Amino acid sequence: MEFFNSADLLHALPLIFLMSWATILLLVAAFARAASERIMPALAAAGLLLTGYFAARQFGNPASAFNGMFAADGFSAFITLLLVLSGLLAIALSSDYLKRMSLNRPEYYVLMLFSITGMMLMASAADLIVVFLALELLSIPLYVLAAFAQPEPRSEEAGLKYFLLGAFASGFLLFGIALVYGATATTSLTGIFIAAQSGLEQPLYLLIGAALILVGLAFKVAAVPFHMWTPDVYEGSPTSVTAFMAAGAKIGGFAALIRIFIVALPSISEQIVPVLWALTALTLIGGNLLAIAQNNVKRMLAYSSISHAGFLLMALVVYGQDAARFDVVASALFYLLAFIITSSGSWGVVIALEKQAGKGLEFSDYAGLGRTQPVLALAMAVFMLSFTGVPPTLGFAGKFYLFRAVLEGEYVGLAILGMLASLISAYYYLRLIVVMYMQTGNPKIHSERWLNLTTVGAAIGVVVLFFASEPLFDLAALALLHVN
Amino acid sequence: MVPVSYYLALAAILFALGALGVLIRRNAIIIFMSIELMLNAANLLFVAFARSFESLDGQIYVFFVIAVAAAEVAVGLALIVTIFRTKHSIDIDELSSMKG
Repeated sequence: MEFFNSADLLHALPLIFLMSWATILLLVAAFARAASERIMPALAAAGLLLTGYFAARQFGNPASAFNGMFAADGFSAFITLLLVLSGLLAIALSSDYLKRMSLNRPEYYVLMLFSITGMMLMASAADLIVVFLALELLSIPLYVLAAFAQPEPRSEEAGLKYFLLGAFASGFLLFGIALVYGATATTSLTGIFIAAQSGLEQPLYLLIGAALILVGLAFKVAAVPFHMWTPDVYEGSPTSVTAFMAAGAKIGGFAALIRIFIVALPSISEQIVPVLWALTALTLIGGNLLAIAQNNVKRMLAYSSISHAGFLLMALVVYGQDAARFDVVASALFYLLAFIITSSGSWGVVIALEKQAGKGLEFSDYAGLGRTQPVLALAMAVFMLSFTGVPPTLGFAGKFYLFRAVLEGEYVGLAILGMLASLISAYYYLRLIVVMYMQTGNPKIHSERWLNLTTVGAAIGVVVLFFASEPLFDLAALALLHVN
Repeated sequence: MVPVSYYLALAAILFALGALGVLIRRNAIIIFMSIELMLNAANLLFVAFARSFESLDGQIYVFFVIAVAAAEVAVGLALIVTIFRTKHSIDIDELSSMKG
């Protein structure tokens, strides 16, 4: 048996390239420390751009590699492009922030690149054991990044909490994988599909296993009731890390959820969909209600990211229906795109207002921003409207396609619930706009080149891309999963 | 041969003990050990199933899991040591500077 050939390596090129690039950068950081502090952001960004180029070239010719353990299809290419975008935005948000907070250590970017490799592998994993390895590759660098501001106690605390709960969740995932293996005698996603089609000796193992896998991944994407770590970790981590975590970890988790459920588990959709439905409803309602009570903008955005996980889960509920299936993938991908840009931009504004030692993060610190910093306040207002789903913003288009897919799947109740959740969310998003424009205050901001560029660029992107949402959605619809 | 359901029962008990340990113990190191117990319960299951299927896949996965667990130990213990240096305690009840 041949373990792999050169074609396999070519299919995994974006992944292998980024992993090697990150390893080289780690050596650069070790041996040319002084120089690397200056050039590391540029080097990391260059690596991401090249990765994106390699991934874009793979678009449109689906293949599977390494004996069916690795899928290189439109879906993984699209997710890789999303990850490159979120990585670039995170680097732009980080470079000045790290200097200001005196955290400028070059390992930061290397850890970020390693984590992105894990996220890419999540989207390409065609075997459950690869999903497990990818999840760990994604998570372990993030645990370190969360605690990156040590000896600042809140950051250390965030790192330890994230680590303990993340490792706890991977325990569930792994036990679930073992049970699925016990039910089907394989861990390959297509193998599981075929085994489940042809009848199982122990169908219960598959069911429990699938439920445990769902629990493990629900922790990662922060779905209620597995969200307890999110607000603390998001608040305690350095804000640039939070911005990266909010976008990247979510993409990775959802990529794996979508591929596992659609490719391997359509046969048990009847039993698993009610569970997903309940998880979605809890996440939508819980995330939004808890966000209302927050006075810290970082925590509010953390709960808001939980509620957006709820919207993305809405897409997954429809996964069992053949007719709606591909619209579901496309609408989830489009929603992710809208979420990444909006979320990164809003974290940019938070970074601009943040002061040393966790100050400058309360709602009241934003009072008067509309008068003193009209550009920044306008950008934040655009992001809040996009989060709420008000046209003409990308967030509206994302919700539109998502609700359309849910209605096509004839889950009217779920669509209504989503509408209600959007209404509730308007309260706390608009509250920030009210504070910025209608209250008086004199907020001090940090005006840094890359930070301003990212925030303003994201705000323009959110509005301009709304008018290009039709072609973007068509592009996402091309990002088909390579099913069997 | 011992039937696979015996192994399954043992693995389920170990997994439940590990999960309980995470939920009720307050010392970060003990919690961490409980998590390792959960991972090893899964390892036991992999080996038992692999034996009953007479395939090697499951046994190889165990090596992956052990390697990953070792990487987790490295990062986890480093985090616990840093916390201990600042707080002189690894009781997770004292990690509550953030609320809401």
